[in-house]
Amino acid sequence: MPNLELDKLLLSRGDDGRAIPGSIAYWYSDFWTYIQLIVETIFMALTATIIGAAAAFLLCFPAARNLAPNSVIFLLSRRFMEICRGVPEILYALVLVFAIGIGPLAGVVAIAIHTAGALGKLFAEVNENASLRPVEGIRGVGGNWFEEMRYGVPQVMPNFVSYTLLRFEINVRASSIVGFVGAGGIGTELNRVISLYSDDRVVAVLLLIVLTVTLIDLLSERLRTHFIGKEHFA
Amino acid sequence: MLTTEKLTKNFKTRNAVSDVSLSIPQGQMVGVIGRSGAGKSTLLRMVNRLAEPTGGSITFEGRDVTALRGRALLEWRATCAMVFQQFNLVGRLDVLTNVLTGRLYHHGFVASMLQLFTASERAFAIRALDRLGMAHTALQQADTLSGGQMQRVAIARALVQEPRILLADEPIASLDPLNAKVVMDALRTINREDGITVVCNLHTLDTARSYCDRIIGLKDGVLVFDGTPEMLTQEMAREIYGAEADDAFAEGLTSTSLGGVPAKQRLTERDLAKNAQLGLAAS
Ligand SMILES: Nc1ncnc2c1ncn2[C@@H]1O[C@H](COP(=O)(O)OP(=O)(O)OP(=O)(O)O)[C@@H](O)[C@H]1O
Ligand SMILES: [Mg+2]
Repeated sequence: MPNLELDKLLLSRGDDGRAIPGSIAYWYSDFWTYIQLIVETIFMALTATIIGAAAAFLLCFPAARNLAPNSVIFLLSRRFMEICRGVPEILYALVLVFAIGIGPLAGVVAIAIHTAGALGKLFAEVNENASLRPVEGIRGVGGNWFEEMRYGVPQVMPNFVSYTLLRFEINVRASSIVGFVGAGGIGTELNRVISLYSDDRVVAVLLLIVLTVTLIDLLSERLRTHFIGKEHFA
Repeated sequence: MLTTEKLTKNFKTRNAVSDVSLSIPQGQMVGVIGRSGAGKSTLLRMVNRLAEPTGGSITFEGRDVTALRGRALLEWRATCAMVFQQFNLVGRLDVLTNVLTGRLYHHGFVASMLQLFTASERAFAIRALDRLGMAHTALQQADTLSGGQMQRVAIARALVQEPRILLADEPIASLDPLNAKVVMDALRTINREDGITVVCNLHTLDTARSYCDRIIGLKDGVLVFDGTPEMLTQEMAREIYGAEADDAFAEGLTSTSLGGVPAKQRLTERDLAKNAQLGLAAS
């Protein structure tokens, strides 16, 4: 059982340099390693969200029923996105750890693939609800398909930003998990302390993860309302 | 000369336009009238190729428009501008950028993705806006404008396309009488001074009578009248409109005496010289 004793809580390291069991110093003796890993986790989530959202952005126009240039491209992009989001991140991570080696890169790629599929579907749905009038306006002046998308659909931007931020929150959680299969981030450490039966540290790491996720959620929520409020989310 | 030969559009359930043959000389102002569902919009959208005809052909100056594909089709749409009932502006972009989209056909991929417009194009767009009395709104977001203002911006967008033909699908149907007059005056000024052919779907007969050189009547997709406003008798009009006759006669502009502001003069010779210098052929 994890143990934290009230009377020893704030004691510093003893004369021999060892932290006293039951004190905060004992629990978090690897504090800076954890912080480093948490930062790595956040960066993994950030990178994966950016890459995934960029891919989702490219996919969501051909994958919107009303905007797709033709039904073959529509079906292809829909199916592709389904494959991307149909498989859980952790499975992609497992495969990628074998393919490109242990470390955060495998985790980032795994999460990015899943994000592309999941966000792409949400983006495409936003597109399907977008008004086609501006698109028709651009078609009327002789614009090609890319120009129709570029000029006719900016109405969807606030929704895209909002969904991307939401996905970032989800990805922070995902990137703390993929470490279990060696794909980088705080999950690697969590896996290690669990395998050592080091209960104190397991709880210590879990607490840090919960704290981080909560902070990120709060921050991103504020950002979201900021964007939606400013852009008169319709 | 714009010609349609037996132009037809069938939807699964019904014929929207059947065998319409017309020829419109360059520079004419034509009004298309007919009750709701008569096929006016479908006819116009086929000319601009926003809708595909299921039969017949469209020819412009000897060129078969119905056969155009790819970039040639885009070029045709750039030549044949369209003004919509609901304006179809991009609400989130500012007015100037909306007008500049009229130049998109002339842009390369990178320039249009990055919204790069040249200084001369901007100047041209501002002048088009100014002709319609809208230059002061250039930097305003388009969805903050009133309906009448939006329609004038849409016409400015059509103008910077330097079109030969301007199609207007019920341009004044969602406007109040005063704005309707401003917009119709602008269309007529453009027609008279730039020599652009204007084909305009209109709901009300009086507007068609007072602004157009020629009136075309559609009933259930069939051409039932083609002639000058004088030739359009009351009986004929009743025939075209059927049950909607009273509406069509009652509503709308009863005279041209409302105090609307007509569009400004065409670009002067000096403007044209300046344009040519900047590398833009003024229409
Ligand atoms: N996409 C479509 N699918 C099936 N039928 C259609 C479609 N578009 C138009 N129609 C039908 O074609 C006919 C002509 O329509 P159109 O929009 O051209 O009429 P309109 O004269 O412009 O009418 P309004 O004055 O109401 O705009 C109508 O009966 C309409 O129901
Ligand atoms: Mg119509």
